[in-house]
Amino acid sequence: MIKIDNLTKKYGNLIAVDNLSLQIEEGEVFGLLGPNGAGKTTTIRVLCSLITKTSGTAILNDLSIDNKKDCIEIRKMIGLLPENVGLYEDISAYKNLNFYAKLYQVPENKRKERIEYYLKMLDLWGKKDVTVGTFSKGMKQKLAIARTLVHEPKILFMDEPTANLDPEATKMVRDFILELKKEKRTIFLNTHMLDEAERICDRVGIMNTHLIATGSPDELRHSLWGKKSIVVVDAVTDTILNSIKSLGFEKIAVDNNKITIEVNDPHKENTLITRAILDAGGQIQTISELIPSLEDVYLKEIRRNE
Amino acid sequence: MSKLNRKNVWAITTKDFSLFIKKKLILYSALILPLALSIGLPMIIWYVVTNKTSVPIQAIFPIFNAFSFFFIILSAIIPTIIASYSFVGEKVEKTLEPLLATPATDDEILLGKSLAAFLPVISMILISSVIFMVLIDIVSFPKLGYLYFPNLDFGITILLNSPLACLMSIEFSVIVSSRVNDIRSAQQLASLIIIPFFALYLLTEINVITMNTDSLFLIAGLLALIDIVLFFASRALFKREEILTKWK
Repeated sequence: MIKIDNLTKKYGNLIAVDNLSLQIEEGEVFGLLGPNGAGKTTTIRVLCSLITKTSGTAILNDLSIDNKKDCIEIRKMIGLLPENVGLYEDISAYKNLNFYAKLYQVPENKRKERIEYYLKMLDLWGKKDVTVGTFSKGMKQKLAIARTLVHEPKILFMDEPTANLDPEATKMVRDFILELKKEKRTIFLNTHMLDEAERICDRVGIMNTHLIATGSPDELRHSLWGKKSIVVVDAVTDTILNSIKSLGFEKIAVDNNKITIEVNDPHKENTLITRAILDAGGQIQTISELIPSLEDVYLKEIRRNE
Repeated sequence: MSKLNRKNVWAITTKDFSLFIKKKLILYSALILPLALSIGLPMIIWYVVTNKTSVPIQAIFPIFNAFSFFFIILSAIIPTIIASYSFVGEKVEKTLEPLLATPATDDEILLGKSLAAFLPVISMILISSVIFMVLIDIVSFPKLGYLYFPNLDFGITILLNSPLACLMSIEFSVIVSSRVNDIRSAQQLASLIIIPFFALYLLTEINVITMNTDSLFLIAGLLALIDIVLFFASRALFKREEILTKWK
């Protein structure tokens, strides 16, 4: 659905996006993670043909961002939820959606039906004639999502969809994205909320101007973090550490009474580790596999690439 | 220029209309200024005609022409208020990015917004000029014995110079909007556009220029020329990439 090849965007001497290559399949929810200034918004803007690329290319559903005519077709096919919702605050929710539906050339007979459908779905139908300026942040975000969907786009681009929202609104937006996921929509999501990416995305990419890693949250955890066992003992002694090392484990970290060991197969090797510690006279409080969060993986990779 | 989708243009224009009617400054400046001019100026003539009987009516003719010129000035000043809001308002309220993400082309957006500033101003100028002509004729007819308006010079002023001045003001506002971040600054900077018109007015008042049919056509020619230059300048600035990356 989206194929990005060596995409680069420079602003003068500043490289905002550096040789980005990615492929996103139809119906996939892809999350681009990265710190501020990593080039996530620029990537979305280039893909939405809002700004031109410096080099490389991108194809969206067989339409190229290099072709001027295709760019208009791309904009018809996509829905963009920018970081700032950008709603017209002096007019009603209905008028906001109606304006965009007109620009997206939604036929007049379908316009009313679609607006009603999305406003009802997002629990805003009762407020359809209310001026948007009086809406809460969460309601504005919901309305902006409705605006993104009113022309039934094939691809949705969402730039930080839950930024600056309270927990309740955040949950509502996430749940709605999950609903869209069930409808098999292709969603490209920018976020620096890692738990969000973990819950919503099929695959994520970690980016800091260039793409550092890509894969499902599980794949990233395993490929970038490795497998680790964590043992809590009454007291760490040299005898215990030597006993563990004698099993062939080299990467061992100690933090107070906690020993972290890099292993290949925690299920099998935890038994060996337990025996080695007990043989060395240690008392084990707990032993478990350390499952890193996506945040751990992200922070490690971002710091490594700084 | 790519083919324009008239529906897109009109959607943008009507959306701006629905925003303008919520803004008191825009509403008052677009409605009250032309109406005040069209009623207030004939009142001055009425006062002169009824109370200063020693003033010969022929001496008032130049005042009629000078008053007519105010319509050109008004056509230049009101669009700065509307157009600045239309362009900088979108920037301030961060509504430009979703708008630019639609299939509407840059030219359609620019034209739609320009029409939103042009149509109400020109409509009000036309309405108020008719009121002005009727009132002047009412107060001057008893002394003149004939209707002073309509005449060719006023026709050129209202149908040619005023729309051209209005266009120039809108195009100038687009350029100013690309460089400032708040509506008030945009309006103040854009209002500088009226300086040449005031200069022209003063030159006629001190008899350096005579405001006749020839000079009105000459002004129209100059305005058209400036409009063309400003059109290309504003169009070059109103590009998606420029707006998202270089507009302040």
